[in-house]
Amino acid sequence: MGILETLDQLLNILGNALARWLATFLPAWAVTAIMDFLVIVLVVAVALVIVLFLIWMERKAVARFQDRLGPNRAGPYGILQSIADAVKMLTKEDVIPAKADKGAFNWAPAIMVAPALLVYAVIPFGRGMVPQDLNIAILYVLAMASMTTIAVLTAGWSSNNKYALLGGLRIGAQLLAYEIPMALSMLAVVLLAGSMSTVRIVEAQARLPFILMLPGVFLVHFICAAAESNRGPFDLPEAESELVAGFFTEYSGMKFGLFFVAEYINLFAISAIITTLWLGGWQGPLLPSWFWFFAKSFAVIFVFMWVRFTLPRFRIDHLLSFAWKFLLPLALTNLFVVGLVVKLGLGFWPQAAALLVTNVAVTVGALYLGGWALRRAQQRAVEERMAQWRAWQQSR
Amino acid sequence: MLQNYLFIGLFVAVAVLFPFLAVGVAWLLRPKKPTPMKQSTYECGLETVGETWVRYKVQFYIYALVFVLFDIETVFLFPWAVAYHQLPLFALVEMFLFIGILLAGLAYAWRKGALRWF
Repeated sequence: MGILETLDQLLNILGNALARWLATFLPAWAVTAIMDFLVIVLVVAVALVIVLFLIWMERKAVARFQDRLGPNRAGPYGILQSIADAVKMLTKEDVIPAKADKGAFNWAPAIMVAPALLVYAVIPFGRGMVPQDLNIAILYVLAMASMTTIAVLTAGWSSNNKYALLGGLRIGAQLLAYEIPMALSMLAVVLLAGSMSTVRIVEAQARLPFILMLPGVFLVHFICAAAESNRGPFDLPEAESELVAGFFTEYSGMKFGLFFVAEYINLFAISAIITTLWLGGWQGPLLPSWFWFFAKSFAVIFVFMWVRFTLPRFRIDHLLSFAWKFLLPLALTNLFVVGLVVKLGLGFWPQAAALLVTNVAVTVGALYLGGWALRRAQQRAVEERMAQWRAWQQSR
Repeated sequence: MLQNYLFIGLFVAVAVLFPFLAVGVAWLLRPKKPTPMKQSTYECGLETVGETWVRYKVQFYIYALVFVLFDIETVFLFPWAVAYHQLPLFALVEMFLFIGILLAGLAYAWRKGALRWF
């Protein structure tokens, strides 16, 4: 076995050695249970380290985008800043409003964090490095993602605060609206790969990542993913200037910290899913597979941050109209066209080319149509105002 | 197959335990000095006027209904997409009819103004 291969499979080799050693004095079921438990603890630990890193990365990135230095006191380049933040969170008093619904108030952070962590169970971190290869992985990811809606509604309602309630209901409407186009764009990948297993989907992209076949569908998925993780320009639920902090206005101390952590766990999970579905997952030349996976995921996260710090915030009615009236019909049309092209029964490369051409055509057509409809609506609104003004002038 | 879900079950236990562990550690470390002023509802320094569980617009409810419809549709589409390569042309046409009916439903909801957010 070459050195590269050893590096690639390092974790699996160590795991197998440990399992063999345990099997010398334990029954088979106990070995499986212990190994499963170790894998879970490892995945959770990796998730938390990634969260600490992402908090620092986001603060550093926003600082650079705004021509500032960012955190630079704790450790070299301020890299220990998030650990300092964590210690601060732990020692802060936990204020529970007297009027809050205590049970729901205390459970909401747990309902938020747990599903976010559970998504990691099906992410293929490298070749043969998936915590559990479920055959319905994509459906499972969608199910876990929609648990967030329950958590924010619980938090918003139980706080007994106007800002929290309005923020919670807003985010509920937003998450529901963007979940459907996201599921439909994932469906196009499932259709091409012929499987819902994340491992199979990565293997299906050995020759060509799906982003090069269906860039339009990828774009829809990317926009929906940004909305699902409440990142700018879709960060309405926590629009500071109007809703204080949205659904977690009343939370303090570690419970606030858990919402914060869940946001970053979600961010990495969503980027990892995008990497798996569209960018070929751990596929890549020469370097170890897990390196490719993390490099691609962090590249996606950086683009998310870039978008967040560049674009201004949406208005709630625009946001919802965009999902229901533009993304949903577009996603359905895309699915329709992909299904049609696949049924033509072309070879691999002709089919990829046909998918690319039709997908780009559909996306450009949809953008053109959407722009035309928007301009017409604006024109009508202006004419209406003008008519009102003229009527007012004449009545004077 | 069963072992897959045992793993997920164990993961659920650990994932639910984690937030409680974090809050538990914080409980050991943090100060506990509640006062009535601290525990009052936060409204940017002003006294709360009226009920805090305010009535929310009915539009939200209609959105939720439309969502349930389309979410069930996507769940129906998943097995179809997995088996797509083995399906005869008939199943393809059938599913396109299904999507077509749903698109007509969306157009109807749109015309009725169910998708407008005032």
